[in-house]
Amino acid sequence: MSGQSTYVPKWGIAKWMDSRLPLPRLVYDSFIAYPTPRNLNYMWTFGGILSLMLVVQIVTGVVLAMHYTPNATMAFNSVESIMRDVEYGWLMRYLHSNGASFFFIAVYLHMFRSLYYGSYKAPREVLWILGVILFLLMMATAFMGYVLPWGQMSFWGATVITNLFSAFPIVGETIVTFLWGGYSVDNPTLNRFFSLHFLLPFMIAGVTILHVWALHVTGQNNPTGVEVKSYAKDTVPFTPYATVKDSFAMVAFLAVYAYFVFYIPNYLGHADNYIQANPAVTPAHIVPEWYFLPFYAILRAVPDKLGGVLLMFAAIAVLAILPWLDTSKVRSMSYRPLARQCFWAFCVTSVMLGWLGSRPAEGIYVTLSQVFTALYFAYFLIALPLLGLFETPKKLPGSIAESVLGKSAGGSGAMVGAAAASEPNTKG
Amino acid sequence: MIDNRRGRTVAEANATQAGDPTRRDMLFLATGAMGAVGVAALAVPFVRQLAPNAQTVAAGAPIEVDLTPVAEGQGIKLFWRGKLVFVRHRTKAEIDEAAKVTVASLPDPQPDSARVKPGKEQFLVVYGICTHLGCVPMGTAPGEGRGDFNGWFCPCHGSHYDTAGRIRKGPAPKNLEIPPYAFLSDSKIRIG
Repeated sequence: MSGQSTYVPKWGIAKWMDSRLPLPRLVYDSFIAYPTPRNLNYMWTFGGILSLMLVVQIVTGVVLAMHYTPNATMAFNSVESIMRDVEYGWLMRYLHSNGASFFFIAVYLHMFRSLYYGSYKAPREVLWILGVILFLLMMATAFMGYVLPWGQMSFWGATVITNLFSAFPIVGETIVTFLWGGYSVDNPTLNRFFSLHFLLPFMIAGVTILHVWALHVTGQNNPTGVEVKSYAKDTVPFTPYATVKDSFAMVAFLAVYAYFVFYIPNYLGHADNYIQANPAVTPAHIVPEWYFLPFYAILRAVPDKLGGVLLMFAAIAVLAILPWLDTSKVRSMSYRPLARQCFWAFCVTSVMLGWLGSRPAEGIYVTLSQVFTALYFAYFLIALPLLGLFETPKKLPGSIAESVLGKSAGGSGAMVGAAAASEPNTKG
Repeated sequence: MIDNRRGRTVAEANATQAGDPTRRDMLFLATGAMGAVGVAALAVPFVRQLAPNAQTVAAGAPIEVDLTPVAEGQGIKLFWRGKLVFVRHRTKAEIDEAAKVTVASLPDPQPDSARVKPGKEQFLVVYGICTHLGCVPMGTAPGEGRGDFNGWFCPCHGSHYDTAGRIRKGPAPKNLEIPPYAFLSDSKIRIG
């Protein structure tokens, strides 16, 4: 975003390295000198938190794989062995299982931030689409990971989700047989899910690099949605400002995570998954993990199998075309009075769908699911395209510096901004 | 020799500038096409390995089931190819109930006679797999709820099946599927 690299190698070895593989330069430009808008709030810390959670999941996951046995007859017992026999195995497993939930908490807040502040709009469409791909990869990884303990919810969750593909005409049955490697969810299914569950996090890491790259090309959005006009006035260097703020947010996030791991480690799970998989008995109430519930509610809202499956996939696919559905040039909802109300209604809708997904599929719950499914799509397909044409946005600030330091700052206050940017250490 | 080659390269460069395809363009295309065919051929084993392996296929051989112990009104569960199969010994009332339904009014229209073997109407053999998303419908074991149509009820997403295993209400698109089977004697069947 700043264009020119300001890295100056200080030591001989750094100069030697810089002319061969300029990795220190890349790190310096990306995480030290990188200019960040000076008005970023704490909603901008979830990118860093997500990177941290990916590392947590890979580290604990690799450890768990050392003790786990991906075999239908042994998987359940090997997980119990991790819990009881392996030293600190309980900690590794609880960190990993709760880590998945906290990964999703962070990603949903990260997406909330993008939706509220219009971070998906030009020129950040590719950045946003990479984010949607990351979200899909996360969902696939979490789903396959949940199958591995081979409990009742693992087994029946796998059965229900793989059967989604049988809804497609003609090829559906073949796809499902090839997913299973048999005629039902069984040992071959468990084996391949374990292999893919190990692979996908590294694909997530790869796409994350592209995501950060795209971010560093366009620069970060900010709460005003006004682009950076002057690096000196509108930005502060990543280190120490963003580094310290991100670190503080990570510690706060990890504190809540630790509370779950140490005090209520099974709060987000299902008791049924401590019963070994039994293909002859379906649990009375199959529920996916909480982070899939809104999509599950959409699936069940449609009284037609293929229709439900298509609508559920559409609920995610609609995100990918969002940059072209929102017709407003104004990014931040702070300056869009009508769109902001629709946005909060959309947030309530998403939470309601989550709640409905956890209810049995009968009576009033089905009707409500249909209403909120309609509202979910209405936000993307009706509200955002139309509001951009009819809404009168509030007046945007002239610059980021002006929004922070007041109107006068645009002129004389620019001095303050320039001073802060050039001497970060005196202010930090 | 070297001069020859150099001479040809210059000629080719001139030809390319003029927009005419050269011998080299042809070779590039042919090589690329061969490479694409090779990659496609290599994809076959990588996709085929996902299919059920020989052991799984072999384990799917036909099985014989003796229905003598299944009393009227009772149902049993068994596995074939890892899939759950229900056999229900239907009562006279249940058969009548299934037969008198107007077939055209059903979501997946099928008369009761198409769901059982002729002369063996009392035995209904179906997969115990909800055609919605594969849960096990309740109603086989004693005491389980049988839904609004006295057949089976899937607790996952609320599909109701009747006494012929036909879908009557809920998200499931089709009737409970019927495995391939034949009567070997009055009370013995072979599934598969």
